[in-house]
Amino acid sequence: MGALDFIVALIRAAVFNGTPLMYGTSGEILTEKAGNLNLGVEGLMFMGGAFGLLGAFTYGNAMGDSANGVVAVIIALVCAFAAGCFGSLIYAFLTITLRANQNVTGLALTIMGTGVGQFVGEMMRLKVGGNVAISNALKLAFANSPFPQALQNIPVVGPLIFGYNVFVYLGIIMIIVMHHFLAKTRKGLYLRAVGESPSTADSAGINVTRYRYFATVIGGGISAIGGMVYTMTISGTVWNHTGLSGEGWVAVALVIFCLWKPINSLWGSVLFGALLILYIRLPIAFIPTQIYKVVPYIVTALVLIMVSIRQRREDQPPAALGTAFFREDR
Amino acid sequence: MDKVHAVELKGVTKSFGSNMANKNIDLFVDKGEIMALLGENGSGKTTLMNILAGIYLPDEGRVFVDGKEVTIRSPKDAFDNRIGMIHQHFKLVDVFTAAENVVLGLEGTGRLDLKAASSKVREISRKYGFDIDPDKKVYEMSVSEKQTVEIIKVLYRGADILILDEPTAVLTPQEIEKLFAVMRAMRRDGKSIIIITHKLNEVMAVSDVVAVLRKGEHIGTVRTSETSPQALTEMMVGRKVELNIGRKDPVDPKPRLTIAGLTVRDSEGVKKLDDVGFIAFGGEILGIAGIAGSGQKELLEAVAGLRKIESGSIIYTPEGKAPAELVGKTPMEIKDAGVALAFVPEDRLGMGLVGGMGMTGNMLLRSWHKGKGIFVDRKAPEKLAADVMERLEVVTPGIYYPVRKLSGGNVQKVLVGREIASSPSVLMSAYAVRGLDINTSYTIYNLMCQQKEKGVAVIFVGEDLDVLLELCDRILVLCGGKVSGVVDARNVTKEQLGLLMTSVGGKEEN
Ligand SMILES: Nc1ncnc2c1ncn2[C@@H]1O[C@H](COP(=O)(O)OP(=O)(O)OP(=O)(O)O)[C@@H](O)[C@H]1O
Ligand SMILES: [Mg+2]
Repeated sequence: MGALDFIVALIRAAVFNGTPLMYGTSGEILTEKAGNLNLGVEGLMFMGGAFGLLGAFTYGNAMGDSANGVVAVIIALVCAFAAGCFGSLIYAFLTITLRANQNVTGLALTIMGTGVGQFVGEMMRLKVGGNVAISNALKLAFANSPFPQALQNIPVVGPLIFGYNVFVYLGIIMIIVMHHFLAKTRKGLYLRAVGESPSTADSAGINVTRYRYFATVIGGGISAIGGMVYTMTISGTVWNHTGLSGEGWVAVALVIFCLWKPINSLWGSVLFGALLILYIRLPIAFIPTQIYKVVPYIVTALVLIMVSIRQRREDQPPAALGTAFFREDR
Repeated sequence: MDKVHAVELKGVTKSFGSNMANKNIDLFVDKGEIMALLGENGSGKTTLMNILAGIYLPDEGRVFVDGKEVTIRSPKDAFDNRIGMIHQHFKLVDVFTAAENVVLGLEGTGRLDLKAASSKVREISRKYGFDIDPDKKVYEMSVSEKQTVEIIKVLYRGADILILDEPTAVLTPQEIEKLFAVMRAMRRDGKSIIIITHKLNEVMAVSDVVAVLRKGEHIGTVRTSETSPQALTEMMVGRKVELNIGRKDPVDPKPRLTIAGLTVRDSEGVKKLDDVGFIAFGGEILGIAGIAGSGQKELLEAVAGLRKIESGSIIYTPEGKAPAELVGKTPMEIKDAGVALAFVPEDRLGMGLVGGMGMTGNMLLRSWHKGKGIFVDRKAPEKLAADVMERLEVVTPGIYYPVRKLSGGNVQKVLVGREIASSPSVLMSAYAVRGLDINTSYTIYNLMCQQKEKGVAVIFVGEDLDVLLELCDRILVLCGGKVSGVVDARNVTKEQLGLLMTSVGGKEEN
């Protein structure tokens, strides 16, 4: 294998493994931009993974041979998104309406979400008596590139640009849309204002509660899609809780690494995807894999240090992150 | 038939827990009129205005705009009734530009047209003579620029009733004049303005009528032309008060701080203090005057050990002890040696107070390291807190009530009171009376005088030249980080001070 092939393979693997993070992170960025620190991403991704699989699996079973791959993908997306929205809606109700502590509530959501995810995943396994698997035709819809074979066959460019599964492209589009929304639209500006200073936003007539609910629920839904993408691509449409565990925490770290800018998660998730698989691709005999696994967190810590040395205001977290808002408070 | 008022409040009551901030208030303002709202710290001025602005919901009472009854449940309702408020603590998003802050919360969907917003901001600026760059980030702005953004925000929305909560507390005299000119221009346009301020000369200069609150009640409204500062003070306080400073001649002043060749740069490398030298005597109040930003803050911080000193020396000679060099000591060592700094920063939310803790806890912050053993001593700070509360008449339900919930002025009383109470041998204070009502201001002045009589070297950075002349023994004038002159406060005029402030040595520039 030539050096070029090795690099192409490495990049492809990085993108492949980074895709769940792309969703997990950008969803959390949206949430945090409005001032809610949702530490429940891990739980949301578990729920997304389990319900996404459940949706596709149920659909495949019901339709048998006439099942359509595109429909299966859409069903998995919708199920995961809905599960994430539901989980974060609970979080939103507790932290926004009841003004519970965000950290505690987020951690509780992680515990609940992983539990629910495990339960649904294991239940499916017991029901079919073994590994949950969907038909090969459907599997391919999750794994294959949406581009024509001719494009994929172009040397180097083909595999690097056109050779990924559909979630990579959907993720890129979603992130660009989110970037545009936050940076260029009125609603995006208001949402950022809510995260920076809710009392300022409120006194300007912005409905803080509504924006926070919106960002938290939609953001949670997007994060959950990341879990589904993991289950349906990386773990090959098989319920695999060991692989999924930890993914959500990496996503939370990546939010910091991306300095709360969705556009950075485009390349940040690829980088973290690479870090996650480095132990397979670049094994060094005497370094245990556990050391590799902490690398993403070390990189995040380094970024934090750099940012605090540079002291650029634009790189700071949303100023009101983690705080509840009540108009008559002061 | 009754005249229709621009805005009218009837029987408004608001309480926080058992704390009645407003009691059955009736008040109105007419079109084209500037009303000053006056009252001691914690008398409920901000609360009342917040009710008009939709921040607080009144427990009882009715609000009328242009004679029609309205309900204001949110800031948005307030805008819909063309009421705009500039808050005591700025409501701006720091990482946004001026234009972004101005368009915040406006109706309209889809793409954000910041170009259009910027040009509208420029248009308003031209009309009222502001000087503001719409694309500048708020965190890069000076306080007066922030103030301007706040005013433009309200004008942009086309408010007819403008409420300003202590807008002048952090402005320089020139900036205040400009603000008043803007207010007068708005009055000509038929707008109604309510301004809260503690400075009676401003009340006399700019308002048409004055409404006075005392302990949450509306005591009365008088026409400005028919009243006097003395009469207003008495309405505010509810009894006859003597507003004078009992300045005694210094007794046996001894050098306490001897500063020479002090040079300090800020983080950008700009010289903030340039070869500053002077002596502060025990038993004397040394005033420090200067245009805002001439190095006053840096000087005090350098002495307190909070700033890196490039060169120079600060010799400290405590009573009956050997002189010691302060340069190179840590802030803690300097504090322990008896050099106290009470600094009220421009953002006004007191430096060195923990909002969630009560007065006691905040007193403890100053003294915890003096305690012995592993447990904190709670008795002493408790006593101290009670003492400060009584002497400065802090309006609070109790010494354990979170400081954050106190009114703006009362927060400052806690800060200043704590520093004075630490019985220092050098007491430095900057803008100690910012946002304090007139009565409390004099209490503070007299506390400074007491300290001086005890032999403390008091350094007082102030903005009000009249007060400096009345309170201090000597006045050091800073100009662009240099010592422009040191004068005897008893034999100098305001004009001479003004000259020293604008040019080093007071020489006319040509
Ligand atoms: N959100 C709040 N929660 C609890 N107490 C409050 C709140 N807002 C105001 N208060 C209390 O109401 C009283 C009136 O406060 P307010 O801020 O209206 O005073 P003020 O007249 O504006 O004083 P200052 O001149 O110091 O700004 C104070 O005792 C204050 O502690
Ligand atoms: Mg106030």
